[in-house]
Parts: sequence; C-alpha cells; structure tokens
Amino acid sequence: MLETIFIITAAIILICALLTITAHNVVHALLYLVVTMLAVSLIFFILGSSFAAALQIIVYAGAIMVLFIFVTMMLHQGEKSLAQERHLFHFSTSITAFVLCSILFCELTFILFLAPSETSNTILIAQAPAITVKQIGQQLYGPYSLLVVISALMLLSALITAIHISKSAASAQIKPEDTNL
Amino acid sequence: MIPISWILFLSLSLFSIGIFGVLARRNLLFILISLELMLNAVVILFIAGSRYHSVPVANSDGQIMYLLVLTLAASEIAVGLSLVIHMYRQHHHLDIDKLNKLRD
Repeated sequence: MLETIFIITAAIILICALLTITAHNVVHALLYLVVTMLAVSLIFFILGSSFAAALQIIVYAGAIMVLFIFVTMMLHQGEKSLAQERHLFHFSTSITAFVLCSILFCELTFILFLAPSETSNTILIAQAPAITVKQIGQQLYGPYSLLVVISALMLLSALITAIHISKSAASAQIKPEDTNL
Repeated sequence: MIPISWILFLSLSLFSIGIFGVLARRNLLFILISLELMLNAVVILFIAGSRYHSVPVANSDGQIMYLLVLTLAASEIAVGLSLVIHMYRQHHHLDIDKLNKLRD
C-alpha cells in the first residue's frame, strides 16, 4: 500500500518537474512547481517527517511561490513574453545540456543500482519511532543553537541585500535598450 | 517498506532534471525555479537519511537540516528575485546571455 503511494507520488514529482523545466509560460511552470512541492511534502509524510511536510506546504508552496507569482505578475507581458521565451528555449538548442544531464543520470544510476553496495538492498523501516516537534525544538535550541544563529544572520543579510538591490535599481536612471529579441 | 534505493533514485532523478534546467534555460526566472527543484532533491535525501538512521532511537537531524535548507532557499529566492527585477529594469528582458558586458 505504502509502496504504491510512494511510486505514484514519485511519478507525479518527476513528471511535474519535467513539465516545469520545459514549459514556456512562467505561470504554467509555477503551477507545475506547486504540484511538485505538494508531492514532495507527501513524500515527507510517507517518511514520517510530518513537521517537515507541514513546513514544505507552508513555506515552499505558500511563501516562496507567492514571491515568484508576484514577480511574474510584475514582469509577465502575455504573448510578447511567450514569444521571447520560445525564442530563448528550444529543444534543438538544448541537446548538449540534455546529453550532459543524461551522462550524470546514468552515472548516478550506475552507482546506485549496479555497483556492489550494501545500502542498495537494505529496507527503509517505516515503523521507526515518530519524531515530534518537541524533539526537534529541543535539538534546535540545544546542540544546534549555533545553526539558529547562522540562519538568523543569513536571513538578515538576505533582507538587507534585497532592500539594497531594489533601492539601487529604483534610484538608477532607467536606460531602455533595444529589445530586439 | 520502501527501499532506500527508491528514494535515492527519486532524489537523483530530480537533481538531474534541475541541472538540465539550469544548463538549458536562458531565462533567469526559470534558472531560479530549477535551483528550487535541486534544493528539493537534496532535502528529500536529508529526510530519507534521517529516517534510515532512526531505527533504535528517533533521529531528527534530517529535519533540522531541512530547516536550514529552507532558510537558505528563502534567502536565495529573495536575493535572486530582486536581481531579476533589477535586470528587467535595466535590460527589459531576462536573457542571461545578454549579461556579457561588464559595464553599467
């Protein structure tokens, strides 16, 4: 039962990731990306990490997607953007990248399935003890307290950087160049 | 019972798809979306590793690393999208191949 759910979810993740990468419309790509995030959160639920699954839905499918959609609403110009994107990305121009990624994928699959290893045959136990939010909080403010400080510093620096970049962009004089794409 | 190799296969497939997106797309917004996919692949690996090593006692290290990756992704997206807006204001398109001139 759990295996069937896992296989269906993994198939949804891979198909939606491929559709995200190959879409020409940014809005369609973002919708596929939301489906991918929700399926990843279902994988977390299957693996027993319910806190991570809830955070995946709230932060990824909520906050980060809202950021993307705001920027897309600001920048999207309908049919003009679609025509530009069709000119920018085409399957015939991305054969080299496809070959490189296929080589990487084949290598990783070879390491995973064909190389002699013990880990490829072992079974992930689904009946392990569940991890509560209380345990995560105790770990987070006990031995991992430096990680919290580093995360806070990283968020603060990202905030200052984003404000600085948008402010300098607003104050700089706008030079419209030729847009012959 | 799900074998750990299935989850590893899912993670590396998602990572390969993300790398293809970073290499093949030329739109800056799609490159950021591909980076999100790659971060998700890594996060699946973290959670599965934490689950795999939590048989005698519960192990929550994977979820703590997930929190760190989530913070990293949020910071990266904030800075990246402000760069996208800056680039669109300066050049009126998002083609990164046009960013080959080191001038204002």
